Amino acid sequence: MTGGTVVSDFFHKDLLSMEQLSVEDIELILDTAESLKEISQREIKKVPTLRGKSIVNFFYEPSTRTRTSFELAAKRLSADTTSLSASGSSLVKGETLIDTARNLQAMSPDLIVIRHSSTGAPHLLAREVKACVINAGDGINEHPTQALLDLLTIREKKGSIKGLEVSIIGDIGHSRVARSNIIGLRKMGAHVTIAGPPTMMPYKAETLGVEVVHDPEKAVAGKDVVMMLRIQLERQSTLLFPGAREYASFFGLTPTRLKKAKKDVMIMHPGPMNRGVEISSEVADGPYSVILDQVTNGVAVRMALLYLLIGGSRRDTVD
Amino acid sequence: MTLWIKNGRVVDPLDGKIRKADILIEKGTIQRIGPSGESLEKGPRMEEIDASGKLVVPGLIDMHVHLREPGHEYKETIETGGMAGVAGGFTALACMPNTEPVNDSSSVTEFILTQARASCPLRVYPIAAVSLGQKGERLTEFGDLKKAGAVAVSDDGHPVKNSELMRRALEYARFHGLSVISHCEETDLSRGGCMHEGEISTRIGLAGIPAASEEIMVFRDVCLAKLTGCPVHIAHVSTRGSVDIIRRAKEDGVPVTAETAPHYFTLDHTAVMGYRTEAKMNPPLRGPEDVAAIQQGLKQGVLDVIATDHAPHSPLEKDLEFQEAAFGIIGLETALPLTLALVSKGILTLPEAVRRVSSNPARILDIPGGRLREGLPADLAVVDPDVEYTLRAEDLHSKSHNSPFLGVPLKGRVDLTVVGGRIAWRRRTKDTGRGR
Repeated sequence: MTGGTVVSDFFHKDLLSMEQLSVEDIELILDTAESLKEISQREIKKVPTLRGKSIVNFFYEPSTRTRTSFELAAKRLSADTTSLSASGSSLVKGETLIDTARNLQAMSPDLIVIRHSSTGAPHLLAREVKACVINAGDGINEHPTQALLDLLTIREKKGSIKGLEVSIIGDIGHSRVARSNIIGLRKMGAHVTIAGPPTMMPYKAETLGVEVVHDPEKAVAGKDVVMMLRIQLERQSTLLFPGAREYASFFGLTPTRLKKAKKDVMIMHPGPMNRGVEISSEVADGPYSVILDQVTNGVAVRMALLYLLIGGSRRDTVD
Repeated sequence: MTLWIKNGRVVDPLDGKIRKADILIEKGTIQRIGPSGESLEKGPRMEEIDASGKLVVPGLIDMHVHLREPGHEYKETIETGGMAGVAGGFTALACMPNTEPVNDSSSVTEFILTQARASCPLRVYPIAAVSLGQKGERLTEFGDLKKAGAVAVSDDGHPVKNSELMRRALEYARFHGLSVISHCEETDLSRGGCMHEGEISTRIGLAGIPAASEEIMVFRDVCLAKLTGCPVHIAHVSTRGSVDIIRRAKEDGVPVTAETAPHYFTLDHTAVMGYRTEAKMNPPLRGPEDVAAIQQGLKQGVLDVIATDHAPHSPLEKDLEFQEAAFGIIGLETALPLTLALVSKGILTLPEAVRRVSSNPARILDIPGGRLREGLPADLAVVDPDVEYTLRAEDLHSKSHNSPFLGVPLKGRVDLTVVGGRIAWRRRTKDTGRGR
């Protein structure tokens, strides 16, 4: 996978949501990621696939993990990368997103990665630019690359996603990770349960096609995968929960609570973790945790997406 | 100037009849309404208007618009808002006080009326603020405002949170003969929301505004109207629950009236999908069950008035991320076809529709208009109810183009608007509108 001759079946201009992807799209992305993963194990972690392509990482919201992951993914494929952050961008000077988009477009990047605090901002950007756009998280809406790396991690460990019992525990209502995962997991045939205090459930959550439980024991019992979400302690001011101590005692994932899960349960967390709040250190560092595998797979999935969107030749241009 | 409008079907909202009749207008008033076909001696300065196949209705009265002047003239002025009004069949507008400065003093009220006299083709009735600066702290000088020409008071988009202030406003407003219009929103509950809290907000990941945030305040205002015996008018009702609360209040004899806007009986929250900021307003578009309840509320007379909440915004406020975009859409140039659609669907009769857009707002604000009678000021519109067309941004008279109804098939529009006996607006082209 080093030349420009590989034919791609991936027909999307942008990756904005899990909603837009078919099962075949998701499988193609995961297969591609799996085959590219090996590059990160080499001594010289670089292939020339995206040489001459330029990628802008545009982060309106602070991010360490996702941003680093995208940068490494681009660099390992030899693309040129530039990073913009909200504090250093024209945003603070009052420029609108559309104007920023037009200015970026005028510099002809091949792909823009955007993270933004407003739902739908990547969609707005994608309408304005010719470059491909990847949504690296928009508001409380979606974080599709996180869901894809989670799917890759689950598939790697479990062989298949179909039929698995997956629980997502935490502030589902404000979690783009949860929303993208719910959509992706359901598409791939998993049964999804969401859990947390009622204040953290989205309105009519069951319309998302998930089972909703409020009992933490039930949320874990018999599960193949348990995904813990970061509790945003700063949200205490929004009355969603009384405090970290109470949250930990009712919903924190501890070794005792974990006993109810299946024997080969996988524990996931998109990070950054609040140790001792939503997850105890024993669980986070324990034998069932795949939290660091998720991070490793993040680079592979993002390499795959960059490759599928701007690398290789599209079938429509070859035929 | 003398106008002779012949052969039109004249809608009388009061007796509920539609008659083929001719209307003679002289010196600003309706001189005669008589059966069609009578011959009249043609005077030297008489214009004959053939209204065959057309409806003749009392001029529409919009009791809830934002004209943006003074302060935000780049969005709309009293002149352009008035042009949009007459092009939509309106002969009178009542404008909300959230200008800059806020209309909380007689000098701002007088300024609005001076501008209207100088440049606006229709009647403008200022609505003053309930509280100074719309801050919800101290009452404005209702007496002075009334003397200057205000017809009602409202803090509109900055709803009065303090229930005692609201109570005193109701009592004091009645003493001065002013209506009180309440934008019902419990802002602690709606804060951060940008669309209806429902299945769609859950699906597309936008923070919701629950129906309860409106209904709590509708109920509070109903309670205060009951307590004081003073009338209150509920602005832009959008939920089934609000309709139910108002229905029960009316059955109990509480002096409450209410309006809704065309978008609330036409669109539901799915219109937001794709993060379309032209479908973002407050209150937000609700669920289909709410749309049905609003239609029934209009039919049953629980909702007295259709008002547009015409809220012009420029691309500066609308071409943004959905969460950052301003609330509000324009409505003056689409209210008539959207209301006529309710007539086509059999939800309202034509005279009932005219009562909702003309007679009832006139009664609630205690201003002239809303009927066609000999001796009354000639405020009327000639409407082609059958023409099908789509509106484009360049067809609009409003300075702003933030409407979800551009490019959407519409039926029915205004050919001629007469304000005080003078032709305030006339459709220029003879085209049918189809394929425009």
